[in-house]
Amino acid sequence: MKTTSVITTRALGLAIAIALGGVSASVVAQEMDHSKMQMSAPEPAPTARKPEPQPSTATTAAPKPAVDPHAGHVMPAPNSKPKPTPGPAPAQATSVDHAAMGHDMPPTEAMDHSAMGHDMPPDEPIEKMDHSAMGHDMESMTAEEHAGMQGQDLPANAAPREPIPAVTDSDRAAAFPDVAGHTVHDDGVHWFALLNRLETWDADEGNAIGWEGSGWAGTDLDRVWVRSEGESIDGSIESADVEVLYGRAIARWWDLVAGVRHDFGEGPSQTFAAVGVMGLAPYMFEIEATAYLGESGQTGLGLEAEYETLFTNRLIGTWLVEAEVWGQDDPERGIGSGLSTLEAGFRLRYEFHRQFAPYIGVVWERAYGGTADYRSEQRDDIEDTRVVAGVRIWF
Amino acid sequence: MSSRPFGSDAEEKFALSRRQFVTGLAAGGALFGLGLWPKPVWALKSHGQKTVLAGTEFDLSIGETPLNFTGATRTGITVNGSVPAPLLRWREGDTVNLRVSNTLPENSIHGHQTSIHWHGILLPANMDGVPGLSFDGINRGETYPYRFDVIQNGTYWYHSHSGFQEQAGVYGPIVIDPLEPEPFTYDRDYVVLLSDWTDLNPAMLFKRLKKMSDYDNFAKLTVGDLVDDVREQGLAATLQHRLAWGKMRMTPTDLSDVNGNTYTYLLNGTTALGNWTGIFQSGEKVRLRFINGSAMTHFDVRIPGLKMTVVAADGQYVRPVSVDEFRIATAETFDVIVEPSGQDAFTIFAQDMGRTGYVSGTLAVREGLRAPVPAVDPKPILTMDDMGHGGMGGSGHDMSSMSGGSTQNSSMGGMDHSGHDMSAMAGGTMAGMNHGAGGMQQHPASESNNPLVDMQTMAPTARLDDPGIGLRDNGRRVLTYADLKSTFPDPDGREPGRTIELHLTGHMERFAWSFDGIKFSSAEPLVLKYGERMRIVLVNDTMMTHPIHLHGVWSDLEDADGNFQVRKHTIDMPPGSKRSFRVRADALGRWAFHCHLLYHMEAGMFREVRIEE
Repeated sequence: MKTTSVITTRALGLAIAIALGGVSASVVAQEMDHSKMQMSAPEPAPTARKPEPQPSTATTAAPKPAVDPHAGHVMPAPNSKPKPTPGPAPAQATSVDHAAMGHDMPPTEAMDHSAMGHDMPPDEPIEKMDHSAMGHDMESMTAEEHAGMQGQDLPANAAPREPIPAVTDSDRAAAFPDVAGHTVHDDGVHWFALLNRLETWDADEGNAIGWEGSGWAGTDLDRVWVRSEGESIDGSIESADVEVLYGRAIARWWDLVAGVRHDFGEGPSQTFAAVGVMGLAPYMFEIEATAYLGESGQTGLGLEAEYETLFTNRLIGTWLVEAEVWGQDDPERGIGSGLSTLEAGFRLRYEFHRQFAPYIGVVWERAYGGTADYRSEQRDDIEDTRVVAGVRIWF
Repeated sequence: MSSRPFGSDAEEKFALSRRQFVTGLAAGGALFGLGLWPKPVWALKSHGQKTVLAGTEFDLSIGETPLNFTGATRTGITVNGSVPAPLLRWREGDTVNLRVSNTLPENSIHGHQTSIHWHGILLPANMDGVPGLSFDGINRGETYPYRFDVIQNGTYWYHSHSGFQEQAGVYGPIVIDPLEPEPFTYDRDYVVLLSDWTDLNPAMLFKRLKKMSDYDNFAKLTVGDLVDDVREQGLAATLQHRLAWGKMRMTPTDLSDVNGNTYTYLLNGTTALGNWTGIFQSGEKVRLRFINGSAMTHFDVRIPGLKMTVVAADGQYVRPVSVDEFRIATAETFDVIVEPSGQDAFTIFAQDMGRTGYVSGTLAVREGLRAPVPAVDPKPILTMDDMGHGGMGGSGHDMSSMSGGSTQNSSMGGMDHSGHDMSAMAGGTMAGMNHGAGGMQQHPASESNNPLVDMQTMAPTARLDDPGIGLRDNGRRVLTYADLKSTFPDPDGREPGRTIELHLTGHMERFAWSFDGIKFSSAEPLVLKYGERMRIVLVNDTMMTHPIHLHGVWSDLEDADGNFQVRKHTIDMPPGSKRSFRVRADALGRWAFHCHLLYHMEAGMFREVRIEE
């Protein structure tokens, strides 16, 4: 669709260009007329490029004419420039323009500027009439100044007012030295490591530590991601996973990731192939969605959404929802098929420093279906609410 | 010490404050005077002002220098040991020889190579100072002999074009005295060079931007703002606003990537506490040559109590326009004339566009005086109109942005459609205007499904008469681009033979910046034919403001109707803007074309422009 419209635009542009072929001829004709006008030619306005003193390039450069006759006045009569169908807005603007000039002018486009500088009311308010602020004596304005003000351009294929210097061999040598090409830092490898949650809570079993972190290394588009999440009690890991993923930016806000996940902890460890997306959903929800296929044929789906609420620019609340879904029963690991666990949390951190923010929070977790049944059998809690305290750090 | 003007007051002693605050030291690590002659006299009455170098022979040495602007000493990179670099005073018509030596030590954090680019100066390509395009750069221990004819006059500046050296100290003013009398008079002449300093290693700052681009934005809308907005604007309007931004996944307070939370702003190499002072006598006309030599900062400048008459922009004369305030983009220069009288001191106040900090100096009848320093203005909030998403149906003509003081002088700019110049549309593109027939802005195919493009503007307009974000309706007469009109007509005079449209693109989150969604490393050069007159149309598809600089040739800004308006070397592009400029391809060679925000350039918003026979 996009391509089509681009082509259409180009075609339109071409058509306009062709149409203008005829126009430029009339422009030339009109300019010829002006050369007959008697022009007073005082000093040329100061120009940016003075006659160039260096002999190397100035060999064929003609001296700048004091006044270019073709740059003369625009006749107030026929407007050589075709206008687009004027909508109401431009028509309005034209009259505004003239009103501001304090002239009683017929609304002819070509007269617009040519009238400037003539019979200026001396007490015209400065703000209304830019030219009165110029401190210029309008009478002394040169033809070129008029031309510039009118935007009456020479045709593209005409000779410019300031001649283009002819190129010499020394110019060529100076222009294209034998160099390797410039580089900027736009394709470098960068990295980021975030320990999003490192927290503890009052667990019945002992000293509990939970963590969730992620990091990447790579370019803007290609990155290696490492993600890890887990819990340990009294120094022994209850459950944990580490994912190593290749991520490719596939859309404005989304990276496609693929790689492996390794689970370890109390149950037997296992490895999955992982594929998923991560990114920023509309309204600033940070999303991770990953599908897993294990060695044993186990399939799984992990979903995570995070949202931040700024109480101040340093006191920041994070809402988190996390769900795990599994394809098969896995009694060894206490997993039942279907929705296995759902977790929701709210953590309130204070960014003493962007890179260091302690937090407190509350986390609710619940097991469902077969997973809940397994937990009941083990006399574990199906539902758990805990208060956590931790720290968020990044490097 | 930091401010000895030449002339009658040159002997006055500078009373240096001894207080040292985290907000900025009174005295930088390397200080010197930047005052100029009261009149353009070609004689060096220097009183030992080693940091003003005049004439045709120059020896510049780039090396490491310990600098201290914040209370912490850092290893800066300097020219001849000073920040800013020495003021170079040339004369139009001369041939200058500048021997630039690299004296960086081994393992310098600033690299082993350096370069100097003479910003806005017309010269042969091999003198332009861009490593890899103009020359090989200047390696440690080497000296590069720059030599070129000075064929222009006015206020310019120079800086390193290697890596991040420009951030760490390699920038300085250039003043070129004209051959012919200037169209204005003045009694005193000062350079006011604004810059931004960070104690961070600039390479680390770039890495930080890549990790977390919104690190410096401590002005995001909060729950408290939500409550306030609901109270003031009602629930529906507030939700609509929040949802619109949320849908874009952007933040309406994101005005600049690096701001006062990271930077200490400097005026002539001095912090606000150092209080650079320019001396005047009541009734004198003082010319102030403002140069924005910062890496990433748009400054909004005013001198409370004084009207400033802008007489030159980017070194080129403009029709005088009297304003209270102006926004100066990185790399731009504005020459203004003020006539201080009635009080002994006036504050030169420059706040950053994001309203996170400021730097100030003083114009005073003697050293040691101060005038009140205004508070930083409230932080502006971007609107959908600012982003070019406002639109009025399909017209693309955003009248809502022309608020306040801008409307009264807008007859030439946005509102005047009468001169609608169809003949300039040979390239098939509506240049710098999107009135009437328009409809939605088209975008290059390379932007589609491009993960490096996080936004596309829908109905951009020239916005020439828009004072800009945070400057509308502030009760002050603010300079707009529509006010800038060259005193001379289009020196080339030809209508552009073709048009190239380039979109400024980026991805905030990834901190990737580009033209048309293509970063420099994967972009082909733009090829111009020697001698041709062409038009470049820029469309800003980002929410940032980008000063775009083309080396080697002028950028002749067009008005909203496609007519020559003002000759510049750097064109500032606010979000939602579409502006066009003419290029006269009269300089053979390979030239840099880039956003002058240093980290945007380094992140890819850069193209090579090749002018070939």
